[in-house]
Amino acid sequence: MESAIQLKALTKRFGSFTAVDAVDLDVRRGEIFGFLGPNGSGKTTTIRMLCGVIAPTSGQATVLGHDAIKDPEAVRRRIGYMSQKFSLFEDLTVDENLRFYAGVYDLTDEKFAARREYILRMADLVGREGELTANLSVGWKQRLALGCATIHEPELIFLDEPTSGVDPTARRHFWELLYELADSGVTLFVTTHYMDEAAHCSRLAFIYNGRLAACGTPGEIRALMTETVLEVDVDDAEAALLALERVSEIREAYMSGAVLHVNVGASSPASVVELLAAAGVTVRGIEVVDPTIEDVFVHLVTQQRAAGETLAATAPEAVAVPNPPVSGSPDA
Amino acid sequence: MTDALDMAIDAKGLAHRFGSSVLAVDDVSFAVGAGEIFGLVGPDGAGKSTLIRMLSTVLRPSEGDADIFGASVLHKPAAVKRRIGYMSQRFSLYPDLTVTENLSFFASLRGVPRREIRPRSARLLEFAGLTEFANRQAQFLSGGMKQKLALAVTLIHEPDLLFLDEPTTGVDPVSRREFWRIIAGLHRRGITVFVATPYMDEAERCTHVAFMDGGRILFRDTPTGLKARVPGRLLEVCTKDQRKARALLGPYPWALSVTVLGEVVRLIVALDGPSELEIQALLSSAGVVTQCVRPVRVDMEATFAFLAEEARLDREVAS
Repeated sequence: MESAIQLKALTKRFGSFTAVDAVDLDVRRGEIFGFLGPNGSGKTTTIRMLCGVIAPTSGQATVLGHDAIKDPEAVRRRIGYMSQKFSLFEDLTVDENLRFYAGVYDLTDEKFAARREYILRMADLVGREGELTANLSVGWKQRLALGCATIHEPELIFLDEPTSGVDPTARRHFWELLYELADSGVTLFVTTHYMDEAAHCSRLAFIYNGRLAACGTPGEIRALMTETVLEVDVDDAEAALLALERVSEIREAYMSGAVLHVNVGASSPASVVELLAAAGVTVRGIEVVDPTIEDVFVHLVTQQRAAGETLAATAPEAVAVPNPPVSGSPDA
Repeated sequence: MTDALDMAIDAKGLAHRFGSSVLAVDDVSFAVGAGEIFGLVGPDGAGKSTLIRMLSTVLRPSEGDADIFGASVLHKPAAVKRRIGYMSQRFSLYPDLTVTENLSFFASLRGVPRREIRPRSARLLEFAGLTEFANRQAQFLSGGMKQKLALAVTLIHEPDLLFLDEPTTGVDPVSRREFWRIIAGLHRRGITVFVATPYMDEAERCTHVAFMDGGRILFRDTPTGLKARVPGRLLEVCTKDQRKARALLGPYPWALSVTVLGEVVRLIVALDGPSELEIQALLSSAGVVTQCVRPVRVDMEATFAFLAEEARLDREVAS
């Protein structure tokens, strides 16, 4: 299948800092491609290069068959872009925002009328055309921003944390719209910190410190985790975490909602139970679970950090919360 | 019963009006005990930020009042301010100041005695895992580290109650966990935390959760108590055809909520609804192949979906 995006050793340096480091990537047309990574790992910089906003230091970026470096104008006409800071004019009405973006992309009156009607219906904004954008709820603003980003019917849309800070129900609705776009053949390139959204993607890339650390379908990404993951329900999570962190055989231990997820590493489920009992923690339930995308994310970050530390031989960046002197702790 | 001394927040009929008619917060009364991690969840536009801003004396209530450790936000805002820290969605740090300089600047702003500034800053940096970045300019910190610095700044005058308005929005999963370890540390020290969040896994970590919608607090309970309000079982349907499965299941009266979550469809089935096998058969007769239909523990994510849907239906009935 034809590529929507093809990157060869794409690199961006800011002074001595390498934000994006020799990234190779191939995004096929019609994919929902998830681009994951910790804050500051180079996701937004990559997107800005692909949109032709900033020039790479070296490497190649081909977007919809155009060289994004030599011919950014040709790329820009055929792509859409939506960021976490929706680029809407708050003091304009819904209609005026749509009209503004139609002007940016030189839509004919006829074309605009058709797109406007479609977008208002899609965004559930029929009847609110005259409302000030500032007065819309976050969910509506988000859908209007998507409408503005797609007014010229782009073949490829970059979405940079489009659902950041949006409530769970509105997030679902938004993803329904993304599915509809994907069904109509549009390629979507999405960054997100919500791992349930990552699981919606057809393929995922994971970037850390500017380098591509993993790439594959959600199933392939989950298969990267070969160690046993336990879900443990305990009475005192903080005490459990402190106990587990002292054992070097255990790879990772962290909260997943109300329960703990433990990557047992070289240890075993039985010794985890023993360890917790010895620490005075009551285990209410324990089971082996299939790793989630979130589990793999934590695993990759931990692994990459450890590798980075070995290389640089510096002190760990991981936050070590000391057990503070407890005064009148509300914990029973 | 908690007596007044153990009460961190006691809100009585709080309301806020924007303009002449829109009630952003509508007659809200509730209490937060000292030492709780109190989570505020609800749809966008529910009034969460407005409520926090009234409680932290940033915004004057149109009606009602709230006592913070016994001091009224209306009549004793200065006394309230001394006891609280407030981290808004758009916290401001000085990008060209270092981590330490940001801390000492806010320390002097909050009237921290001069000779206390250095040891207190050092303790907070250690606590927030920022010690080795002490001399880095704030603009060169990653998003997660900026968030931790903003929290450290909020703690510089040693408040007893912390208001956090969506503190981890846009923060990656690992940094988010680290942030919550710090919150857990504060909780162990007896500090009260009041946090609004769009992340349901964070709501799970609170001692109490309030669900807000349309300017009102509709439910206030422990996470376990809130989850127990879901009158059904939660099932996960594993299928490649998620949207078709959702469309098929949605109309059944026993399907209390159907959502697509990642690679599965999550379905809340009323207690008198069909079994897993019956649901599997129903889907398969409509041509939807399922790899599994399995019961899972009801979590806050499912609870939110259910409560938000209930609230929406109630509103429709009312109007």
